[in-house]
Amino acid sequence: MARIIVVTSGKGGVGKTTTSAAIAMGLAKRGHKTAVIDFDVGLRNLDLIMGCERRVVYDLVNVINHEATLNQALIRDKRCGDLYILPASQTRDKDALTLEGVGQVLEELAKDFSYIICDSPAGIERGAHLAMYFADDAFIVTNPEVSSVRDSDRMLGILASKSRRAEFSEEPIKEFLLLSRYSHERVKLGEMLSVDDVQEILALNLLGVIPESKSVLNASNSGTPVILDEQSDAGQAYSDIVARYLGEEVPHRFIEKEKKGLFGLLFRGK
Amino acid sequence: MSLLDYFKTNKRTSAAIAKERLQILVAHERSSRNQPSYLPQLKKELLEVIQRYFQVSEETISVSLEQDDERETLELNITLPDEEHLKNFNSTTTKGK
Repeated sequence: MARIIVVTSGKGGVGKTTTSAAIAMGLAKRGHKTAVIDFDVGLRNLDLIMGCERRVVYDLVNVINHEATLNQALIRDKRCGDLYILPASQTRDKDALTLEGVGQVLEELAKDFSYIICDSPAGIERGAHLAMYFADDAFIVTNPEVSSVRDSDRMLGILASKSRRAEFSEEPIKEFLLLSRYSHERVKLGEMLSVDDVQEILALNLLGVIPESKSVLNASNSGTPVILDEQSDAGQAYSDIVARYLGEEVPHRFIEKEKKGLFGLLFRGK
Repeated sequence: MSLLDYFKTNKRTSAAIAKERLQILVAHERSSRNQPSYLPQLKKELLEVIQRYFQVSEETISVSLEQDDERETLELNITLPDEEHLKNFNSTTTKGK
């Protein structure tokens, strides 16, 4: 049975699509057959971050409307055979996604895949609602910044009341925090909320801290999920997150300045 | 370094301000999130009844539902207008809560 993960945040621009692409690639690289779905109808971007924008023929809405089969719409990643991308439609019709339609697509995917990642659009409109409705796990992507933390808390309320699991009184969605764009230097200066500050408010299971990193823009420029940049701090942070999600005990990194030995000082990475 | 830290703590950092603002805001939003949907309607109808006897505005009445493990408490708080208003309103009801 597949595990459905929604990557959500409420607020835009915090790194949902970057995270979706990285996590999906990370799971697939470990041999789990993974599908990643873009729910941002009208503003699709996952294809661009994944570097498959020129291979999009059919999309999620085509599948829901039975204009294409799921297999026709799924794009197989060229770097990892276990990873498939289902792009969003560029239609301006807001009602293109239906609860039944999304449910059917996920049910069909669940037969074949181990993990299904739903990349939620920003906001709390239809696309965001449908992205989280069927989820088993939720990755809450949050920046250490007031509006992002507030919106994340709002999202938690919605997950707890408007999801399928909530409506059918099943075991609630498991919620995980991914704190992104973190700068331990600025935290030390008192200019940024710390992990502990955010956790005092949200109190979630911390899956990992992703440092503010130049490698994220470099990765999106070239259409490569940042997790494939194994030298980069952000890439390593996402690898850790995938490992922790799969139940491995990995100590947290990037929360404090790492104490580098003489060797580290002489050959500073990146 | 420790001396520097000592001077820094005299001024509240922007992160500390952010945290405090968020804690207050989130607590408030959570309490209203858990309210049953009938509370606003209940409040409106109560106000209508009370307004038959007193000249009160919407701000003077607060309705909240507290919940703990054992029971739910519906708390109703009405601030009646001060004596002068009461005289004008020609009411014999004693002022109180």
